[in-house]
Amino acid sequence: MTPSTDAAEVIIKAKTPNARTKPKQNIGYWKKFGAFYIMMTPALLVLLLNNYIPMIGSLIAFKQIEYSASGFIQSFLDSKWVGLDNFDYLFSTSDAWIITRNTLLYNAVFIVLNLVIGVTLALLFNAMRNRRLAKLHQTAMFLPYFLSMVVISYLVYAFLNPDIGIMNRFVLPWLGMEPIDWYTEPKWWTIILPIINTWKGIGYYAVIFLAAIIGIDNEYYEAAKIDGASRWRQIRSITLPLIRPVIIILTLLQIGRIFYSDFGLFFQVTRNSGILYDTTLVIDTYVYQSFIVSGDIGMSSAAGLYQAVVGFVLVLLSNLVIRRISKDDALF
Amino acid sequence: MAAARSNRPQSLHDISNLSNFLINGFFWIYTILCVLPLVLVIAVSFSDENAVLVNGYKLWPEKFSLSAYDFLLSDWWSIVRSYGTSFFVTLVATLIALLTMSLYAYPISRQDFTHRKLFSFLMFFTMLFNSGLVPFYLLYAQGLNLRDNLWVLMIPMFVQPFFVLVLRTFFTNSVPSALLESAKIDGSGEWRIFAQIVLPLSLPVLATVGLFCTLNYWNDWFLSLLFINDDSLYTIQFRMYQALLDVTFLSANSSAYSAILAQNPDYQLPTETVTMAMAVVGIGPIVLAYPFFQRFFVKGLTVGAVKG
Repeated sequence: MTPSTDAAEVIIKAKTPNARTKPKQNIGYWKKFGAFYIMMTPALLVLLLNNYIPMIGSLIAFKQIEYSASGFIQSFLDSKWVGLDNFDYLFSTSDAWIITRNTLLYNAVFIVLNLVIGVTLALLFNAMRNRRLAKLHQTAMFLPYFLSMVVISYLVYAFLNPDIGIMNRFVLPWLGMEPIDWYTEPKWWTIILPIINTWKGIGYYAVIFLAAIIGIDNEYYEAAKIDGASRWRQIRSITLPLIRPVIIILTLLQIGRIFYSDFGLFFQVTRNSGILYDTTLVIDTYVYQSFIVSGDIGMSSAAGLYQAVVGFVLVLLSNLVIRRISKDDALF
Repeated sequence: MAAARSNRPQSLHDISNLSNFLINGFFWIYTILCVLPLVLVIAVSFSDENAVLVNGYKLWPEKFSLSAYDFLLSDWWSIVRSYGTSFFVTLVATLIALLTMSLYAYPISRQDFTHRKLFSFLMFFTMLFNSGLVPFYLLYAQGLNLRDNLWVLMIPMFVQPFFVLVLRTFFTNSVPSALLESAKIDGSGEWRIFAQIVLPLSLPVLATVGLFCTLNYWNDWFLSLLFINDDSLYTIQFRMYQALLDVTFLSANSSAYSAILAQNPDYQLPTETVTMAMAVVGIGPIVLAYPFFQRFFVKGLTVGAVKG
């Protein structure tokens, strides 16, 4: 259709009140928004591929997949339903308990550390007199955030190498302790992983909290000062309450992901050492391990679906709780 | 001024000298802790292998040596090729991702678009519910047969819901709808409005989202781990991952290495220093680039902190 006929139609429509009948309206809709649908098509295709088709594929968890020569989709359709058998297997092993515990505990610790240390760092940044110096420190603190988990695993290895790493060669002797074989002793990783996670990610959280703090109107502090409020009092009664929405949103986003872990952290940094699994195996690495390495489709898709469903419920629950407490801060 | 400061605080945010001193001290220590591991890796990579084996990693090379880099250079082609793959994937995928995401974000940012809620929800829902690794892997590897194909390193991250919501928020808040209205009255179609009004006005958010995408693509190794077996398609991150697992991997396909061995049968692979040299090679561009990009990221994070 050419632009001139378009314009003509608009004029005709405007002149004749009867033109506002249902079918004509539909044509108008497509003319008005048709371009939008074409614009959205590429992203919709990607969503379909990445998210929506695999959601249907989650049904694998209820099937016993048997590969046939007739292709993947056919073998998916042909495989027989086994109900909850895959889940039964999964939860009859001790793995299910270990991965659930590890995933939840680590993430809980990460959330608390990100919040407490992030806010503290932001407050300290804000208190610094020398803005130039503050920028420099911020740049340094942000550096680890830019590094990939592969790089982080090299850096950690430089510290934890059992023979010649910094920890065993310098730090432990200096503290008067015996060398530790880091990559074979599970218990230490309950401390190491939170340290690494905080070290890598805290720049991100500190920056967001700092931005929120900077956004606070100075008048509040002026008023507080006139009333004789101490710095602590100002932080407690002005800064923290005013950055509460940001705190809640960030925490909520993390709680929503509490059943998911940073695969790189638990896979790369631990060098996927099987001896450490007791304290390092999380759902994500378990799914990878049982699927790609052991080829156990049933068990790993059951674990994956367990993760997805419980994760989903947790997002809804945490959002619900926030809604109860303060409606404005809820995500949806 | 110093005298004035000792009498009473100059500004609202002023603090006592002691706390200023403590805070500064704390941040210097923290800054050192952030930079130290990198310095350590670089120092080891320039050290002599034997000195490292005897004395352990040191923050300053006791005996300076380039042998680790000599060795890596003997297999320079595979490293250059990995860099090439990484750069190609990062650049092409970031551009496509930016375009795809803004094309989606624009319609759902338009208040007069009847179904914007529905399409926003389709995007948002993928943040809540995720099907997991197995169906995802099977679809790409078996359904689409994209194993050992560079597209599989790009497509999965073309659309990242959080960025789409950030773009949408920016379009809604920062592109005046009156401007769109007047463009429409002047006879511009939606494509024209998008390309000539919305995009130019949104450069700040496009830059930040683009940088985040660049970082995600450059640092990604997981998709390679899942889908890439062909040595010639390794990204630099994946090559680093392989090298940390097994240093001899670096020399597996290197004819130069066998040439060295033929000349000198006693040649010992300097494993420790080569590992760290590989890390330095892999870290390279990101560490060099990040001080310049950092402020964009900081800006972007604060855009992202706005509720979507």
